[in-house]
Amino acid sequence: MASNVRLGQAETAQAPVIVDTRRYSTVGRWLVAPAFIYLLVVTQLPFIVALYDSTFRWNLMRPERKKNIGLQNFRDLISSLTKDSDPYAFRAALINSVIFTVSAVVISLVLGLLYAELVNHRFPGRNVVRTMLITPFLVMPVAGALGWKNLMMDPDFGVIDWVMRTLHFGHGPVWLAHLPRQSIIIMLVWRWAPFMMLILLAGMQSIDEEVREAARVDGATPLNEFIGITLPHLYRFMQLGALLGSVYIVQETDAIFVTTQGGPGTLTTNLPYLVYETAVRGSQVGRGAAMGLVVVALTIITMTFLLRIMDRMLRAQYGS
Amino acid sequence: MAANVRADRNAGTLHEQVSLAWTVIAWVIGLLVFFPVLYIVLTGLKTEATAITLPPKLIFHPTLEQYREIRSRGFYPFFRNSVITSLVSTAIVIVMAVPAAYALALRPMKKWKDVLFFFISTRFMPPAGIIVPLYIIFKDAHLLNTLRGLIIMYVAMNLPIAIWMLRSFFEDVPRAVLEAARVDGAGVLREMTQILLPMVGPGLVATAFLSIIFAWNEFFLAVNLTATEQASTVPLFMQKFITSEGLFWAKLSAASTMAIAPVVILGWISQRQLVRGLSMGAVK
Repeated sequence: MASNVRLGQAETAQAPVIVDTRRYSTVGRWLVAPAFIYLLVVTQLPFIVALYDSTFRWNLMRPERKKNIGLQNFRDLISSLTKDSDPYAFRAALINSVIFTVSAVVISLVLGLLYAELVNHRFPGRNVVRTMLITPFLVMPVAGALGWKNLMMDPDFGVIDWVMRTLHFGHGPVWLAHLPRQSIIIMLVWRWAPFMMLILLAGMQSIDEEVREAARVDGATPLNEFIGITLPHLYRFMQLGALLGSVYIVQETDAIFVTTQGGPGTLTTNLPYLVYETAVRGSQVGRGAAMGLVVVALTIITMTFLLRIMDRMLRAQYGS
Repeated sequence: MAANVRADRNAGTLHEQVSLAWTVIAWVIGLLVFFPVLYIVLTGLKTEATAITLPPKLIFHPTLEQYREIRSRGFYPFFRNSVITSLVSTAIVIVMAVPAAYALALRPMKKWKDVLFFFISTRFMPPAGIIVPLYIIFKDAHLLNTLRGLIIMYVAMNLPIAIWMLRSFFEDVPRAVLEAARVDGAGVLREMTQILLPMVGPGLVATAFLSIIFAWNEFFLAVNLTATEQASTVPLFMQKFITSEGLFWAKLSAASTMAIAPVVILGWISQRQLVRGLSMGAVK
């Protein structure tokens, strides 16, 4: 069922398939089969089981009380959305997921645009700067987040607080306690801005120099050039970056795991972390599976747009 | 504004000033972004006492004490598990991805685009969506806390990206080369292994590197599916520093350096091809 939804997704995004029947090849199918079957089994099978599990009240600690309750888990989640008390922290997690994803994507895009513009010019040491700028994306997220939490954001010995005191701003905030969401967003942006930079830089470098030259001959100012040529050309790259960033950032749990553990309270609990807390720590398998499916649904919505854009870019590249 | 640098290329000294300013700004921003990494590496070479000294010491007498210390605290098994899971999963990924990518790029079949989009949609699915049933399936299949189990998942995680990335490299091979090979009567296997693979060599290496990077850094699956140093990877060793050992910054930093250095270096080497993998070949 769910796998149909995904395949259906691909179908709507599909271009008119141009198959040269003379070269149509059964060999091709055999070559694709191992990867196809592997992914079908490893990713879709658990997914179908997740659909099934989500219809149970099932506490791993009390397996003898396992009971099919139909869609009750989903009704519970909806009631958690509407009730003030938010009993399963579901509304909080949904809101946090949206806040983290949207703000991290937007800020990363803006910063990534800045990074890309910086290194899209010749200056001494340009390759070194470029290398330094992409590094955060390569750093193991768990290690990076621990570095931020301790070395950078610690209220007593952290570098940020020291800089603020040295510049006579006085003590800074106790980052993870007073500004937990902002702290997580800082870590996410640090990691994802380089990703956006790479995509936007590729976009900038695909601009035809002759178009720029022509604009300059016509008396375009640098600002004209940036707004009139660079930005419109980058538009689809920004779309791609934003959508790819969204499907990845909505999955992010590493920084939350090692810094705030979802707290204080539920201020930094996003959906994937709530799934972990509910199912793994809380042993509520059925409800956890149901929550996981909500994350999947959100992703599918984003992915619909993403696949459409990727399809368009593929067609632009290969003319098919 | 950005384009000043180019527009003023004829303006002599003004141009030089602008590009000096540009150089300074770019370096300052680059160093700011890089600073946390640099500071982690430096702190790993300090004693615990120097590690929390303010102002932060950038010049000091380096020591390898912390590296010896984390080794005695059982870092090695985690490191070994990370090496095994990333290398083995990547090898399997390449073995399955090369034929699939070759076929999807050069031997079009019906519905090839559907197949491509099926692959990629599996990569975009959040692990949180399947972690619960996965845990139970793994428990029943005795895959919990095994390297095998992790490898199975990492292959699934990296296979779609590898297929898309390799496919885009195969697409770049001039068709004339293929035609010539086919006229010569080269079979599928020869065409793929002896003619195409050497031509996409750098792309193949970059694909393997990206797969290693993602597997090495992965945390969510590892924390849910493994428990002890029998199968747990480096991110789980790092997790020990969350609470009890949180204040041992020098040791934390030494462990972090060991955790990030291997794949950061791989990423630096393959940075030119990285964007193709990250964008699934949509951007070159």
